[in-house]
Amino acid sequence: MSNFRLWIPLGLFALFLGVAAYQLTQPKDEFVVSTMIGKPIPDFALRPSHPDRPGLTINDLTDGKPKLLNIWASWCLPCIAEAPHLETLKRQGAEIVGVAIRDRPEDVARFLARHGNPYSKIGADDLSEVQLSIGSSGVPETFVIDGNGVIQHQHIGDVRAEHVPILLRELAEAGQ
Amino acid sequence: MKKLVFALMLLCGSVGVSFAQQTLPPAPLAYQQLEDPAQERAAQALMETLRCLKCQSQSIADSDAPMAGDMRHQVRSRIAAGEEPEAIRAWLVERYGDYVSYAPTVSETTWPLFAVPLLLLLVAGLILWRRLRAKS
Repeated sequence: MSNFRLWIPLGLFALFLGVAAYQLTQPKDEFVVSTMIGKPIPDFALRPSHPDRPGLTINDLTDGKPKLLNIWASWCLPCIAEAPHLETLKRQGAEIVGVAIRDRPEDVARFLARHGNPYSKIGADDLSEVQLSIGSSGVPETFVIDGNGVIQHQHIGDVRAEHVPILLRELAEAGQ
Repeated sequence: MKKLVFALMLLCGSVGVSFAQQTLPPAPLAYQQLEDPAQERAAQALMETLRCLKCQSQSIADSDAPMAGDMRHQVRSRIAAGEEPEAIRAWLVERYGDYVSYAPTVSETTWPLFAVPLLLLLVAGLILWRRLRAKS
């Protein structure tokens, strides 16, 4: 009996090693999920970021029509990768509004000329204020906003082909 | 060879990004201290306990990431406007969860972190007491 009890500490240590080794093999999850999902977007008003498009205010997000709110920037490389998929979303009927983070109008214009402009409105968020107020922690991120300005879904990272149907479904659900 | 090309691509990519990010100057209060020393002290103390979301092992006081600068601007401008540091922390926690704060709090998920050391101390004390008693 006492012989058996002698092994308990070693067993516990082995268990600890096992758990640590398992955790080491797991990919690191670096996503910081917004805790604003289900809550309304706080009041804001952003100046236009592009001469061809109006800026963005809270009123644009509470007009009864659900929308995709895309947080992006001309200096963001994954934003280039997601541009064609945003175009697909727009073609399939999604209204996309943009929030350009820390961006100059000339850079925004160059980016949109090169990679396409899926946005109906683009607001310039020079101090990341809107980004911080909705719990977004990077670019790009895409939020599904219902017609009352309530955040229904957050997509972190660039939108890829496989995310298009998911976002369309979330958008349809937000419209019900 | 593939690895080398990949490494080169990564290098070019990161250089491109950091170069492009420089185009807009940092937020006004990102690197500018508040004039009132007491307010600046309060802001600094708070910034040291808020996590940079882009560079997750640093506080926003330590990080040069543009987003950390924007968060410092947010903290300093709110404190200058008379907001309490803990109210600002609560505002951020409401958006990013407990994750954004380095300040330890006892909650539904964290209470074992505080309870287990106490329990271990208690057990150690009990064992010690029994041994000492057995000896004498």
